[in-house]
Amino acid sequence: MPRPMGNPNGKIEAPTDFKSAMKKLIKYLNKFHTLIAIAFLLAATSSILSIIAPNKLSDLADLISDGLYPRLTETDIQNIMTDENISYEDKQIFSENLKNLSEKTDLDTFIASQPQSIRERIAPQIDFTAIKKLAIVLGIIYIISAIFSFFQHYIMATVSNFFAKDLRNKIVFKINRLPLRYFDKNQTGDILSRVTNDIDTIAQTMSQSIGSLVGAVTLVIGSVLMMFITNITMALRAIISSLIGFSLMAIILKKSQKYFVQRQVELGNMNGHIEEIYSGHNVVKVYNGKNISDEKFDKLNNKVFDAIRKSQFLSGLMQPIMMFIGNFSYVIVCVVGAMLVINNHITFGVIVAFMVYIRLFTNPLSQIAQAMTSLQSAAAASERIFEFVEEKEMPDESKLTKQLNRSEVKGYVTFDHVKFGYDKDRIIIKDFSATVKPGQKIAIVGPTGAGKTTMVNLLMKFYEINSGDIKIDGISINELKRKNVHELFTMVLQDTWLFNGTIKENIVYNQKEISDESVKKVCKTVGVDHFIKSLPNSYNTIIEDNESISSGQKQLITIARGMLDNAPFLILDEATSNVDTRTEELVQKAMDKLMEGRTSFIIAHRLSTIKNADLILVMNEGNIIEQGNHDELMQQNGFYANLYNSQFEKIS
Amino acid sequence: MSKILRKLRKKDVLLILICSVLIIFQVWLDLKLPDYMSQITQLVQSEGSLIKDILIEGGKMMLCALGSLIAAVLVGFFASYIAASFSRTLRKDLFEKVENFSEGEVKKFSTSSLITRTTNDVTQIEMLVAMGLQLLIKSPITAVWAVTKILNKSWKWSAVVGGGVLVLLMTLTFLMIVVIPKFKIVQKLIDKINGITRENLTGIRVVRAFNAEKYQEEKFQKTNNDLTRIQVFNQRTFGIMQPVMYLIMYFSTLIIYFLGAYMINDALIVGKIVIFGDMVVFSSYGMQVIMSFLMLAMIFIMYPRAAISADRINEVLDEELTIKEGNIEKGKPECIGTVEFKNVSFKYPDADEYILKNINFKANKGETIAFIGSTGSGKSTLINLIPRFYDVTEGEVLVNGINVKDYKLESLYNYIGYIPQKAVIFSGTVSENVSYGKSKKKITKDDIYKAIEIAQGKEFVEKMPEKYDAYLAQRGTNISGGQKQRISIARAIARNPEIYIFDDSFSALDYKTDYKLRKELKKYTKDATTFIVAQRIGTIMNADKIIVLDQGTCVGMGTHKELLKNCDVYKEIALSQLSEEELNNA
Repeated sequence: MPRPMGNPNGKIEAPTDFKSAMKKLIKYLNKFHTLIAIAFLLAATSSILSIIAPNKLSDLADLISDGLYPRLTETDIQNIMTDENISYEDKQIFSENLKNLSEKTDLDTFIASQPQSIRERIAPQIDFTAIKKLAIVLGIIYIISAIFSFFQHYIMATVSNFFAKDLRNKIVFKINRLPLRYFDKNQTGDILSRVTNDIDTIAQTMSQSIGSLVGAVTLVIGSVLMMFITNITMALRAIISSLIGFSLMAIILKKSQKYFVQRQVELGNMNGHIEEIYSGHNVVKVYNGKNISDEKFDKLNNKVFDAIRKSQFLSGLMQPIMMFIGNFSYVIVCVVGAMLVINNHITFGVIVAFMVYIRLFTNPLSQIAQAMTSLQSAAAASERIFEFVEEKEMPDESKLTKQLNRSEVKGYVTFDHVKFGYDKDRIIIKDFSATVKPGQKIAIVGPTGAGKTTMVNLLMKFYEINSGDIKIDGISINELKRKNVHELFTMVLQDTWLFNGTIKENIVYNQKEISDESVKKVCKTVGVDHFIKSLPNSYNTIIEDNESISSGQKQLITIARGMLDNAPFLILDEATSNVDTRTEELVQKAMDKLMEGRTSFIIAHRLSTIKNADLILVMNEGNIIEQGNHDELMQQNGFYANLYNSQFEKIS
Repeated sequence: MSKILRKLRKKDVLLILICSVLIIFQVWLDLKLPDYMSQITQLVQSEGSLIKDILIEGGKMMLCALGSLIAAVLVGFFASYIAASFSRTLRKDLFEKVENFSEGEVKKFSTSSLITRTTNDVTQIEMLVAMGLQLLIKSPITAVWAVTKILNKSWKWSAVVGGGVLVLLMTLTFLMIVVIPKFKIVQKLIDKINGITRENLTGIRVVRAFNAEKYQEEKFQKTNNDLTRIQVFNQRTFGIMQPVMYLIMYFSTLIIYFLGAYMINDALIVGKIVIFGDMVVFSSYGMQVIMSFLMLAMIFIMYPRAAISADRINEVLDEELTIKEGNIEKGKPECIGTVEFKNVSFKYPDADEYILKNINFKANKGETIAFIGSTGSGKSTLINLIPRFYDVTEGEVLVNGINVKDYKLESLYNYIGYIPQKAVIFSGTVSENVSYGKSKKKITKDDIYKAIEIAQGKEFVEKMPEKYDAYLAQRGTNISGGQKQRISIARAIARNPEIYIFDDSFSALDYKTDYKLRKELKKYTKDATTFIVAQRIGTIMNADKIIVLDQGTCVGMGTHKELLKNCDVYKEIALSQLSEEELNNA
C-alpha cells in the first residue's frame, strides 16, 4: 500500500512568482501568437485613434468658440476700412459707432445699428463648412476605432476560449498519462477544480483584460512620447510623479499575488472536502458526522473567505490609487508649469499641451491596474494548471518494439522473483515466483491485504515492479507497451464502475464493431437481459450518476462488458462478490465457457470459484505460502485448509 | 437572483449601507474635482496669475482627490468583505443543505452537479457581488447627480443623451435575449465536463485496462467542443458591446457640439457665451451619465451567468427535504434493541413498481437477522429503510418501539451502526476514520483500538509506520478493499450501537477474516441486534432468523435448518454454494 502521504491540505506550496507564471502562459499560448499579435495591433491602432480624436474634438470646440464674438479685432477693422466693396458712407458710420463703443455697450444693438455691408463683416459667424468637415473626419475615426475594437474583442474571445479548450483537453489527456501513484495522493475534487475553476479564470482574463491592457499601454507609451517631444524637463517631472504610482502598483501586485495563489489553492482544498462528503453522504449522515464535516468545512471555508477578502481588497486598491496619482500628476504639472512660465523657461502653450497629455497618460493607468488584477488571478490559476500538466508522466514506451498479438498468444505467465512496494521503503510483495500454463485457471486466495489486488496491478503494468520480472509467453512485460499488455487482458474489477451513458454504451465500452446482437447475447448469458429489458428505454436507458440500479446489477453489467472483450487472459478481481449466488452460478457457467483455452486469474473468496481452479495460490503477507489444487491443499492441512474450514465453524 | 441576495446577513446589509454613504461622498468629490480642475486651468491660462493661487486651488483639488481615495479604499475594504462573506454564507448553506439531503435528492441532482453548484456557481455570484456592488451603487448615483447638473439646459441636448441611453439599453436588451439562454447551456455543459472528468478519475483502472483512454478523451472533447462553441459565440456577441458603447459616447458628444454650433449661431451675442459654456459642461456631464450606464453594462456582462448560477443554487436550497425529523429522542425503554417492520411496502417516488411488498417481521434485542435473495430482490432497500435513507411508502418501521419517522435523526442514528457495501474512507488518519462522527458518548483511544481489533484490522494497522495515525487518502486509495471494509466496520463498532446494519459489508473480506470478525463481534455485542445482508450462505447460516426475499416479497423466514427444509429458494441458493454434504456437516 502506498505510504501515508501526509496532509494533502498543505501539499500545494505553489510558488508565488508572477513573472514565471506569465512566461509559461505565453509559452503555452504559442499556437495563438499570430492571432494575439493581430488583436494587439488592432487594440493599439484603436488606441492611437483615440489619441487623435480628442485633439480633433478640441479643434471643433475652437471653431465654435471662434464664432462667439463679433469680429472686431484691429485687423478686422483695418480690413473693413480698406475694403473697396464697402461704401464710404458705411465706413463713416462704422467708425463713428466704434468711437462710442465702450465696455457697457450692448454688442447686439451695436451690430444691429451698423449698415448692412458692415453687419455682415462683423457679426459673429461660425464656420460651418469647416465644422462639417471635421465632424465627418471625427465620425470616421470613431467608426474605424469601433470596428477595430470589435475585431480585437472577437479575436480575443476566440483565442481565449480555444485556449481554454486546449487546456481542458490537456488536463484530461494528462489524467490518462499519469501513473496511478499520482492518484493515490491527490484528491479528485482538487483536480476537478483545476478543470473548471482555474481554467475559467484564465479564459475570462484573456477575453476581458488583455485587450484593454494593450490599448492602455499604447496610450501610455504614446502620451509619454508626445510629452518628451514637447518638453523634456516637464516630461521628466510628470513621469516621475506617475512613477510613484507605478511603484505603488508594483508593491500591491507583489503583496496580493500571494493571496491570489492562496485563493485558488484553498478553493481546491475545499472542493476536495466537498467531493469527499458528497460522495460519502450516507455514512456522514448515519454517523452524525455532520458536525465534524461542518467543522472542517467551516475551517476550509474561512480560509477561502480570508484569501478572497484579501486578494479582492488589495486588487481593489489599485484603481483608486491610480485615479489619485492621475489627479496628483495633474496638479504637479500645473504648478510646476506655471512656475516655469513665470521664470520664462517655457511658453504657455506647453502647459496646455501637457495638461492634455497627462490626462491621456493617467487615464489608462487605472485600466492597466484593473487588467493587472485579473492577470494576477490568471497567473495563480495557470500555475496550478501547468503544475498538473507538467507532472511526471508514465515512462515513455515508444522505444519498445516487441508486440504480442492477441490472437497468437499461447497463455504462459511467469512470475520471477517479483519484488514490489507502493513505496520504496515498504515492500509488499517480497519474493513472488510462479509459473502459469496456458488455459489454466489460477485462483489467488489469502487474507485481506495479502497482496492479491497488488498482483493484478502488477500484471496489468499499472505499477512498475521494483525487481524481478513478469513474463507473458516468455516476453517480459517491461518490453511490452502498456497498451499491448492491457489488450491481452480482460479485467473485471471489484469496484463496479459505470459511466454516464446508455447501458449499451457501458457494455460496448471502447470496443469496435460490436453488434447489438452480441451485446444482447452477452447480457443473456450474464442474466441481465431481462432486467435491462424491463427498464423504460431498454438498452438505451441512460445510467446517471447514482441511478437506482442495484450494485449487483451494476456488477453484472461490468461482467457483461468484460465478457464482450474477448482477450486471451482473464482477470476477475472479486468481481462476483456483489452478485447473488444463483446469478453467480449463471455467470460462472458463462465464465467457464469464456475461460476455456484462456489463462485466468481469479481473486475470489467463493469456494465454488476456488474449488475447481487448476492452481490455487495461497498468499499471505505478499508471498505465496502454499500452492496446488484444492484437494492437494486440503491434504496439506495447512493455511488453506484452515481458511477453508473456518466458514463452517459455528459462532459461539 | 434577488432571492439569493436575501441571504445577505444583517451585518452585510449594514456594511452595504455604509458603503453607499461612502460612495455618495466619493461621487460628490469626484464630481467636484472637474470644477477645481477647470479653475486651475483658467488660472494657468490667464497670464499674470500668482503661483500662490494655483497652489491654493491645487491644494483643494488634492484634498478632494485624497478624500475620494480614502473613501474608495474604505469602500473596497467593505465590498471585498461583503463579497467574500456572502459567498462563504452561500457555500455553507449549500453544504449543509446537501448534508441533509436523502438519497433520493442526491440522485435527483447527481453528485457532480452538486459539487459544481457548491463551488463554481458560488464563485460566479461572488464575482458579481465583488465587482457589481460598487458599480451598482455608484453608477445610478453618478447618473442622477450628473443629470441634475445639466437639467433644463436644452431639450435638444437632453434628447441626444436620452437617445444615447436608449440605444445603449436596446443593445443590452438585444444581447440579453440572444445570450441568456446560452448561458444556461454553458453551466449545464460545465456540469457535464465535471462529470466526465470525475468518471475518468474514479474509473481510472477500468479506463486503462480497456485501453479506453481515447474513448474517454473523445467523449470529453465532444463536450469540450460544445462548451467552447457556445462560449465563443457568447463572448463574440458580447464583443459588440464595448465598441457600441464608445460609439454612443463619442457620437453623442459630436452631436451635442454640432447642435451647439447652430444654437450659438442663432443666439444673440450675450447668450452665445452662456450657451458655449453650457455646451462644454453638458457634454462632460452627459458623458458621465452615459458612462454610468456603461458601468451598469459591465454588470450586465456578468449578470446572466451569475443569474443562472443563482437559479442553480436556489434549486438546491429550495429543494424540499423529503425526510423530515421528528422530535423524539429516546426509544421506549422496554423495547430498546427491537426493530419491527409492519406491513412495509416501498416504491421509488416516481416509479410504478413496488420494490418491497408487505414486509412483516420483528427483531428482538440481541438477535441476528439475515437477508438473502437474488440481486434486485430488495434486500438493501429493505435495510435502508431503518436509517431512513428512504421513507416507507406504506406501513411503518419501528425502532425501539417508536416509528423511525418520529425520531430526531441524531437520536435515531445514535442507536445505529451502519456499514455500507462500498466502504467510505475519509482523508484523515485511521483513528479519525474510526472515531468518525458523533455518538452517544465520546469515543476514546481505547474504543478505537478495541474496535479495530474486533474488526480484524489490528494486524494491518499496526504494520503501518504511523499505525493508528497513519494517513488514509480520500476513498482509501492507499489501502486494499478488504482493509477499507474493516476500517468501515470498526467505525460502527466504536460507536457501540444497539443496532448493527451490515449492508453486504463482508463481501470484500475473505472467509477467514469474515468468520473471525463475526465471531469476535458476536462476543462483543451480545446484546446488540444485528442485520446482515449477505451473499454467502456461510456468512448468514448461523443467524437467528433468515429472511429470504424474492422480487420484493418475503418467501421464507426461519433458521438455516428450517429454511433448508421448507424454502426452495433458500435451498437453491445454499446448494449453489456448498455441496449437500458440506451443508449437512455445518
